[in-house]
Amino acid sequence: MEGFVALYIFMLAAFTGYEVISKVPVILHTPLMSGSNFVHGIVVVGAMVALGFAETTAQQVIGFLAVFLGAGNAVGGYVVTDRMLEMFKTSDDPRSSNKGDQA
Amino acid sequence: MNLALLIEISYFISAILFIVGLKAMSSPKSARRGMLWAGAGMVLAVAVTFFHAGMTNYGLMVIAIALGSAVAWWTAKRVAMTEMPQMTALYNGMGGGAAGAIAAVELLGPKEYGALLMSIGVLGAVIGTVAFSGSLVAFAKLHGLIKRTPRSVLVPAFNAVLALATLAGAIALVTVGHPAGGLALFFAAAFVLGVTLTLPIGGADMPVVISLLNALTGLAVGLKGFVIDNAAMMIAGTVVGASGTLLTQLMAKAMNRSLAGILFTSFGTDDGEEASGTGGTMREVDPTDAAIMLAYASNVIFVPGYGLAVAQAQHKVWELTELLEERGVKVKFAIHPVAGRMPGHMNVLLAEAGVPYDKIADLEEINAEFPRTNVVVVIGANDVVNPAARTKKDSPIYGMPILDADKAEQTIVVKRGRGAGYSGIENELFFADNTRMLYGDAQDVANKLIASVKTL
Repeated sequence: MEGFVALYIFMLAAFTGYEVISKVPVILHTPLMSGSNFVHGIVVVGAMVALGFAETTAQQVIGFLAVFLGAGNAVGGYVVTDRMLEMFKTSDDPRSSNKGDQA
Repeated sequence: MNLALLIEISYFISAILFIVGLKAMSSPKSARRGMLWAGAGMVLAVAVTFFHAGMTNYGLMVIAIALGSAVAWWTAKRVAMTEMPQMTALYNGMGGGAAGAIAAVELLGPKEYGALLMSIGVLGAVIGTVAFSGSLVAFAKLHGLIKRTPRSVLVPAFNAVLALATLAGAIALVTVGHPAGGLALFFAAAFVLGVTLTLPIGGADMPVVISLLNALTGLAVGLKGFVIDNAAMMIAGTVVGASGTLLTQLMAKAMNRSLAGILFTSFGTDDGEEASGTGGTMREVDPTDAAIMLAYASNVIFVPGYGLAVAQAQHKVWELTELLEERGVKVKFAIHPVAGRMPGHMNVLLAEAGVPYDKIADLEEINAEFPRTNVVVVIGANDVVNPAARTKKDSPIYGMPILDADKAEQTIVVKRGRGAGYSGIENELFFADNTRMLYGDAQDVANKLIASVKTL
């Protein structure tokens, strides 16, 4: 990728991250952190490519480890966040139903 | 359509899904839906990655994904909500480790990168590895595997030397070359740096540290995305890096501490050192009298702290709340931004116990209500209700935003013993005329209060 285009992407993505998070209420800080923890689990994709092109045994071993760790990051992050969000309810909302979103 | 284009388009859609998903997390109503979108983005990105032209090792890939997913799924389903912070630290560490490992694979390969990409890659490798080992230490500390917090003036000096050595190693990798032995040494240095940076940080500062480590992993993933030219990693990683940095700043502000102060000075003593008394006496109350105070109040605010979580008392406190509400008492929960061991942790614990989130108020909403409140019950919290933060200029917590529990008509403090808090600072609130101390384990006390209220 052209150096400067990459720099622009970096800048815009950074502002996006800042903007997206700045309006989150305190009550959601933990799920949000956990959710963003899940999102950087996208590293698994890079790990798959690294392993996919690995040739030597050393590369294969480290690549395998990378995919293992990345997959763990993504799945663990998702499950933990989902479990947390499942628990948030209002008083109007009968506690029995976890079916989730109001339309 | 050609496959490479399909992959690029899918990554693009994934990146959008991640951003929209995180955005939806700004309201409790849409948060779960947001997570679903982000999850769909992840599945899409992983699925199309299998179709990169020229890849081999598919068997290993599938096994690694299956193993990693299974281990994480199993642990994440089993973990108790009180242990959520350390699990988040652990999964975060895995992401950082993955970023570091990708760098190692690339550097061991024959492909040569230009100086710019090489520098970005090596930077990502350092940050990822530091996040990896730092998160493991944070996990061990939160999980109680490491209890001691080393406090030596030598630690910052050692860290500075190690950081410089790692930097020198990074420069050598970019300019001179990267033989396998040199790489091993470089990664080892970064790994140790993560350990020694995190080890001296006290328990009370953990919310900030976890948040920072999360931001670091995001940044490392983003940087790796630039090197391997992967748009989904680039954007998702950078977004997380930026949002994590913002969250870290918010946390540090809520504790009235600078980030540098948290990282490089030892503040939270968790060895239970007791400061010398400020004078005055603490007045005790027994559970029966406390129950009467609560049952005949017209409004009550609970201020839960980490002590509540440790005692697993959140369910009992909610049971007590329901009893009081049947009697017509208005009950609310006031939560300090750094209560618990990660940002917003206490909200999650109360939600788990069934407390609806509209009963939970944060600092800014509720501080005006304390003077109009009959009884405030502080459970397992200390520094966040210490009036010294408002009044004593020489106090280490001076300027930290606190919950004004001392302004209520009556305050009951539920506490295990007489010691000072994490910061080791004496709390004037405990000596105030209208404060009563109720000693005991939070769960135990809640049980006794429930029993007493039932008899009234």
